[in-house]
Amino acid sequence: MQHDEDPIRYPYRRVADQDASHPVRHPVVVAGAGLVGLVTALDLAGRGVPVVVLDAGEGVSAGSRAMCFARRSLEILGRLGCAEAAVAAGIPWHAGRVHHGPDVICGVEHGPEAGQRRPAFLNLPQAQLEAILVARLRALADAGAPVSLRGANRIIAVGTHPDHVRLEVETPEGPYSLHADWLVACDGANSSVRRMMALGFPGRGYEDAFLIADVAMDSDAPAERMFWFDPPFNPGRSALLHRQPGNLWRIDLQIGADADAAAELAPDRVLPRLRAMLGGQARFTVESLAIYRFHCRRMERFVHGRVLFAGDAAHQVSPFGARGANSGIQDADNLGWKLAAVIAGAAPELLESYNWERGLAAEENIQAAARASDFITPRSDASRAFRDAVLTLAGRHPFAREMVNTGRMAEPCTYDDGPLNGPDAAGLPGRTRPGAAAVDVPCAGGWLLDRLPQGFALLAIDADAPEAGLPVLRLGSAGHGALAAAWTGAGGGVVALLRPDGHVAARWHTAAGTPTPGDIAAALATAGGTS
Amino acid sequence: MSRIATALTIADPEGFYAELLAVHDALSPEASAALNARLILLLANQVGDRAVLSEALQEAARGSDTAG
Ligand SMILES: Cc1cc2nc3c(=O)[nH]c(=O)nc-3n(C[C@H](O)[C@H](O)[C@H](O)COP(=O)(O)OP(=O)(O)OC[C@H]3O[C@@H](n4cnc5c(N)ncnc54)[C@H](O)[C@@H]3O)c2cc1C
Repeated sequence: MQHDEDPIRYPYRRVADQDASHPVRHPVVVAGAGLVGLVTALDLAGRGVPVVVLDAGEGVSAGSRAMCFARRSLEILGRLGCAEAAVAAGIPWHAGRVHHGPDVICGVEHGPEAGQRRPAFLNLPQAQLEAILVARLRALADAGAPVSLRGANRIIAVGTHPDHVRLEVETPEGPYSLHADWLVACDGANSSVRRMMALGFPGRGYEDAFLIADVAMDSDAPAERMFWFDPPFNPGRSALLHRQPGNLWRIDLQIGADADAAAELAPDRVLPRLRAMLGGQARFTVESLAIYRFHCRRMERFVHGRVLFAGDAAHQVSPFGARGANSGIQDADNLGWKLAAVIAGAAPELLESYNWERGLAAEENIQAAARASDFITPRSDASRAFRDAVLTLAGRHPFAREMVNTGRMAEPCTYDDGPLNGPDAAGLPGRTRPGAAAVDVPCAGGWLLDRLPQGFALLAIDADAPEAGLPVLRLGSAGHGALAAAWTGAGGGVVALLRPDGHVAARWHTAAGTPTPGDIAAALATAGGTS
Repeated sequence: MSRIATALTIADPEGFYAELLAVHDALSPEASAALNARLILLLANQVGDRAVLSEALQEAARGSDTAG
């Protein structure tokens, strides 16, 4: 691959596998080069695992899809060398505003910026982020990493065997077969791998249709998430407006349960709706349009022998709260190191923890998205009466503002009581308890996440770490208030065992004594690592 | 273990009842339902205690079929 190729395209090219007399065997095949497949491939390649990505298409995703990425996703992208390009291209934001009828009823704050390296949220069209990931993948391949992306390679049959998966792949030049030790299915909500394996995708669908439009418009409106309930321009329904880079604006308009998609997309229906929302004077051009009905559903299990499901293939949520792609990126972050460990010889049971931890995250996300959908599109007269009561009271009473639900924005899942968690110590900050994603803070020499060694590592703050065969990051909290607030709390030192995905596995408070090498070895074994 | 009050806690219960009816006077069924929803939210916030609220919800959901 040449790195000067346009990263929005990955056109079909013939590969040697197609001319082999027997199916060539690969350690990992990733089905789908969406965000989740690309992040999975970059993570695995970064750990030295050879990976082949197959995509049915020949370029990044088209149309209006994800555009809002959460801080945790940016941290993961940072580990993969893609955050700077994403942040440079996107629009950071952290505040929202909620309207009811003609009035603003409250502002929403999604986490202060002070002391944070990454914005709370970054708006960037999914296709642009995919292009950044494709460019990174090509750069790795150019540097010799065994990673490749094959466009116009559609998986049309999957055969599961105890020690491998057999794939039939369709290309413009005819089909060929591949063997994979492991298949990571990142082929989206309509996953053909899931269908071919006859696995279910139970959940709930919502009747209301939404018109999703991207419009180009000069405007100096702030980069805030603007939400309307029952606005004059869309009576009885909701609307959402988000700024994207390049004077592009994302509009979500609820258009009701009876909406007929074909009719609603006709210009004589769409333009008056948009003009009513944006104002008669606004000059805009429509860049893309789509009608969606949303779902909240998940596979019962994400691990099926040698086939591992991630992203929308495994779980799907309505978009209020931006939990779709953000949770899929965390799936990849969780799965990558575990699959690499199993390929290197760890017991395959480690993958069960992927099922457990990301299953917990999917439950959280589905609950949050379902509650938001129930608030935004009430299912009954009673739920509408309470929703409207909350909105009316919210204008006057702070307590009711807390009940206004326009989508609880994505937060990383903490794997409380997870199977990989080791001991915790009393008296330390809850934010960095076992199962939580490491909190990034300034420290000596830069930012904590940048300074963490790859793989399992010990973080010792104001503490001595015992020799346990693990790399150690030693830090002092003096002069680093945010480091102390997130990690050590009221006083004393902390030793934390961190997993390769940056989640805390175990921690010890020096007030109760420094952990012994045996303590650390035991926690490491529980967390699926070897020293 | 019951947490919700079952003995009377309101001074002047008859007066309260009359006032409760009075705010609904001349309201349409929809407007009454909306008022009730606002009232429930205000009172729930006043109560605050989650366990008490759950018990009150369950007690209310029992409806009239088990009464009597
Ligand atoms: C209107 C809308 C707005 C959204 N906004 C947000 C948001 O702001 N933030 C957020 O986090 N999420 C958002 N989402 C959700 C987000 O788009 C998805 O969660 C995300 O795209 C999932 O990524 P994925 O890689 O799992 O799947 P996809 O992006 O669907 O990628 C699947 C890939 O698999 C390929 N494929 C399919 N079948 C095969 C096959 N048989 N063989 C080979 N390849 C195959 C496809 O070509 C595709 O490239 C939104 C969704 C919608 C619809």
